[in-house]
Amino acid sequence: MESVFAILVGLFFAAGIYLMLSRHIIRILLGVSLFGNAVNLLIFTNGRLMREIPPVIAEGLDVPAGAVANPLPQALILTAIVISFSFFAFLLVLAYRAYQEIGTDDTDGMRIAEPADDGLPPMGY
Amino acid sequence: MIAAPVTAADWLVVAPVLVPIVCGAILLMIRHNVRWHALVAVAALLAMAAANVALLTRVLGEGPVSMTMGSWLPPFGISFTVDALGAMFSLTASFVALACCAYSVLDIDVTGRRYGFYPFLLLMMAGVSGAFLTGDMFNLYVWFEVFLISSFGLLILGSEKPQIDGATKYAILNLVGTTLFLIATGYLYGTFGTLNMADLAARVGQADAAAPLTTLASLFLLAFCMKAAAFPVNFWLPASYHTPPVITGALFGGLLTKVGIYALLRTMLTIFAVERAELAGVIGWIAAATMLVGALGALAQSDIRRISGFLVISGVGVMLAGIALGTERGLSGTIFYAVHSMVSLSALYLLGGLMRQRGGSFSLHSLSGLYTASPFLTLLAMVISLAVAGLPPGSGLWPKVMLVKAALDGGAWPLAMAVLLSGFLATIALGRVFILAFWRTDTVAAGGRPADAPAQAAASRLGVATITLLALAMVGMGVMPEPFVRAATAAASGLIDTSAYVQAVFPPGGGQ
Repeated sequence: MESVFAILVGLFFAAGIYLMLSRHIIRILLGVSLFGNAVNLLIFTNGRLMREIPPVIAEGLDVPAGAVANPLPQALILTAIVISFSFFAFLLVLAYRAYQEIGTDDTDGMRIAEPADDGLPPMGY
Repeated sequence: MIAAPVTAADWLVVAPVLVPIVCGAILLMIRHNVRWHALVAVAALLAMAAANVALLTRVLGEGPVSMTMGSWLPPFGISFTVDALGAMFSLTASFVALACCAYSVLDIDVTGRRYGFYPFLLLMMAGVSGAFLTGDMFNLYVWFEVFLISSFGLLILGSEKPQIDGATKYAILNLVGTTLFLIATGYLYGTFGTLNMADLAARVGQADAAAPLTTLASLFLLAFCMKAAAFPVNFWLPASYHTPPVITGALFGGLLTKVGIYALLRTMLTIFAVERAELAGVIGWIAAATMLVGALGALAQSDIRRISGFLVISGVGVMLAGIALGTERGLSGTIFYAVHSMVSLSALYLLGGLMRQRGGSFSLHSLSGLYTASPFLTLLAMVISLAVAGLPPGSGLWPKVMLVKAALDGGAWPLAMAVLLSGFLATIALGRVFILAFWRTDTVAAGGRPADAPAQAAASRLGVATITLLALAMVGMGVMPEPFVRAATAAASGLIDTSAYVQAVFPPGGGQ
């Protein structure tokens, strides 16, 4: 089960990185989003997969009786999902503003902060 | 489960995070009463600095302190664990933020306040302190995100075209960097089954022999190098740090890259000490390349904010050198240099702001005659330039001496050469700023200086006072380095020998 998930995570990463190598901001953002989801799956798989055994401790016991599903990765993923979702929302707005202001979403054209003709400092005194 | 409530003294451990979060939330509630913003922010940062002083005193006296939240015993509850390293960084960060905040009182206009400069500032400081004080890897990731999202807010405040452009690159690359950090954290959990740093430090020897620990350490190295702007993943920094108001640049340049260095120290020494030794060669080359790329980049710029940005990168390389060496002297050099770098690079950015106020420009092409216009500012500029370049009487000298000595002791003479060469190049870059902006008297700016409005004159006096404070701190560190060296050595030995750190979280005999 874990190995199937590992391959799936690898495919997610490959697709995310491929998109992030693009010159266009919107593709990069979609890549970042895929990348984030790949990480969530990765953490989930790293917690080891165990089906249909809820991590509930029976009455009168201090520890669960047998092996149970690992609840911790879900807490980690939930936090990561919330964070990556809010970042993604922010980045989408930022990219849209950048498109409005600069008029392009091609990173090669985004040279406002670092102009290509930004000359050398004075050479003499 | 822990039955007894947390003692009052232990609340000190979280105070440097609690104070800015609560005050930031209060500022968000009163965001329309902009008159109160600066006052609350200064008070919050003062309280934070006081808490950090108390915390550092306690940690230096008693060793690492830990507090675990939510009545769950570690490693199940999330611990805040403070050792000398975290307390030193946290104290310096709050001192620098306080100085920057004082500078901003008359520098940030009503629009900036209405859009939330001060809440962002306080929440960013909460994230930075949280990263320095936490004792849990996943919690560290969360604090990274807290200060990142606040820094996005600060970076685009004002929404000028260059800001939007710079922020897009900053935001995407930093998000990718923290995602890499999260990947590494996921594998760390999969390998060890725990994310508590002290628990990890205690279990490093027990990992499955087949576990790919060197790969994992390399992933952490890449993620934190991205955050610290080390070569070859440094290009986002000079693309963005010069675009926002100088005050934001000062905060970012001073504090944020050091969080990356702190995280590297923590993971590479506390958890991956063996793997760090394997990767030492790679880290050494990264360090040398970062130093030289930063210094050469600074030489090629004409905007003083961009020169500062490249000098930040050069400093990151110097700090990486100590991590590559891994000896106690090398690490204490890195820690001392990080403290120096937080203070001096913030001061360098703020100095740029004052030069712009007096000279009307950030460009070396048009700045001139500042020596005539303001002799005292010239003195400050000289002190700051000497400190950043690592010359006496500035604070940069002693950590560099320690690093060069450690490199020569370890036989790593290329690294020692790189430290010296990058210091030499930084001296040339800053010396040129000094000659062109302060000594040159011929060009337009001498006559074209903007008339000082009364408000601007007041802002300028406050700015000079702030930078004087920072310059005094630098000269103090340069002239009386012993207490700083001692604290840095204590921090470094705590990184190498983790037993005190582990015992703070897991007291012998079960404790609590």
